[in-house]
Amino acid sequence: MRSDRSTSAPLGLKIAAIGGLAFLHIPILLIFLYAFTTEEKSYQFPPPGLTLQWFAITWDRPDVWAALTLSVKVATIATAIALVLGTLCAAAVSQTRFFGRETISLLVILPIALPGIITGIALRSAFSMADIPFSFWTIVLGHATFCIVVVYNNAVARFRRVSGSLIEASMDLGADGFQTFRHVILPNIGTALLAGGMLAFALSFDEVIVTTFTGGQQSTLPIWMLEELIRPRQRPVTNVVAMVVMLVTFLPILAAYYLTRDGDQIAGAGK
Amino acid sequence: MTLAATQTILPNRPRLTGRISDFLWKHPHVLLAVLLGPPILWLGIIYLGSLFALLLQSFFSIDDFSGLINYEFTLATYKQLLSDANFDIIVRTVLMAATVTLFSALIAFPIAYYAARYARGKWKAVFYLGVMLPLWSSYLVKIYAWKLILAKEGILTWAFTKLNLLWLLDGWLSLPVIGGNSLSVSYTGTFLVFVYVWMPFMILPIQAALERVPANLIEASSDLGGTPQQTFRHVLFPLALPGIVAGSIFTFSLTLGDYIIPQIVGSSRLFIGQAVYAQQGTAGNIPLAAAFTVVPIVIMGLYLWMAKRMGAFDAL
Repeated sequence: MRSDRSTSAPLGLKIAAIGGLAFLHIPILLIFLYAFTTEEKSYQFPPPGLTLQWFAITWDRPDVWAALTLSVKVATIATAIALVLGTLCAAAVSQTRFFGRETISLLVILPIALPGIITGIALRSAFSMADIPFSFWTIVLGHATFCIVVVYNNAVARFRRVSGSLIEASMDLGADGFQTFRHVILPNIGTALLAGGMLAFALSFDEVIVTTFTGGQQSTLPIWMLEELIRPRQRPVTNVVAMVVMLVTFLPILAAYYLTRDGDQIAGAGK
Repeated sequence: MTLAATQTILPNRPRLTGRISDFLWKHPHVLLAVLLGPPILWLGIIYLGSLFALLLQSFFSIDDFSGLINYEFTLATYKQLLSDANFDIIVRTVLMAATVTLFSALIAFPIAYYAARYARGKWKAVFYLGVMLPLWSSYLVKIYAWKLILAKEGILTWAFTKLNLLWLLDGWLSLPVIGGNSLSVSYTGTFLVFVYVWMPFMILPIQAALERVPANLIEASSDLGGTPQQTFRHVLFPLALPGIVAGSIFTFSLTLGDYIIPQIVGSSRLFIGQAVYAQQGTAGNIPLAAAFTVVPIVIMGLYLWMAKRMGAFDAL
């Protein structure tokens, strides 16, 4: 046995690391505190009092419900499209060898590697050139484009671990390609797809930059939020919505983490 | 095609799905086309098509009198892009992106280092989720949180008052460029929000790079008489550098193109993203907006090329 390496970190490092994490989390905790404040005209700290009334008021707001419904619909359809396209792409890249594989990875990553405003304005000018009116579907189109990469990253990582001999064994035992996919490949990549789908949903649910360019009159929840940020009118309602959005995005992230934690990475490096 | 071979192995499958499956197995190129076709068509037509259409427009110009786009090849729009006012916007944005990247690296490094070398078991998960949750949580809500923090009546002023340090805050705000009436309308505020929102993207690549540094390299360095500072300077830092560069791709690119953060927290002086937004929206000058978007694309192209040479992509 080797001489024991000191397992405790230097004090300075500990403070810097914990301070860094605190810097990341204190603003989020503040969001939770402000949802209960009785102050409605300013962002006063500490809050003069705590109340639950804003939750009831937010609940009765039709505009918040409309925005929330639209966001969920867009995110669901965009995730479904991204799941199909991302899985196909990942299967092709990881199961076959062909000329230009690296280019495909680059092409998939490009919509999130380039700033969102470029994707947004490019789509907007293309829609107006093609005389496509802005609608629900133009929002979905934009979202699906940058959600593909999240599914793709998760699926590629998992495909790499699915051993080729399993697939060959299935084929040898007489299964056709579809049966192999259904009974061998799908159970193996299922959790990775679920994780990718959840992250894609979180990404779409939260997207604002591309949506400002591809959305027409409809406002998704982030667009509603953005309007409140630029011209605050309903501070208490915004506080509550901010808290709810925070909670809604936490759940898929936690779920994705637990689905993929055995060994492979979830697509954390790119959003 | 070896007909004899297929018959000795198996007769053709009876059902349609079986026959399709056999066909694809015998023709892997068709299978590849079926798999790759839909995603490539989607990304190629919708994404790349739009992108090229946009870039093409930067070579057109806008007629000053009618306000209509003049569809003739010209470099006039690029000349306009390099005029003093617009060039200022570019310099300001690049400087901000560089500063944000530098400070993100400084804050991210200890977190990544601790998570990679000291955190074990449960703590490892805590650190991982501690980075993932802020990274993935809502972008707008994070900005909103900073609006609460930086407001004049907010927590930061409160904390400075309690600590009797209000003079420090006021002194900082009275500085020429980085100051302002209050934090929420100063460059300092914009900078803080940028660092907060994009810093998590820096942690994971650095952590990945550090995790690949074998522990015995560090021990060898100490055995050979290296002080902790020397070990850091000559062993650890060079090996972590590709991770830092990989992370900086995100912080740099994301800051370069953002237009919402400077719009909500910051002074009225524009950044590239805001300029693009204003040109395409209220001004209706699509060619100039397109030319502005070329700037981040070119800068990021150069940046990625340099990063690739430094081996940053292995750390992703």
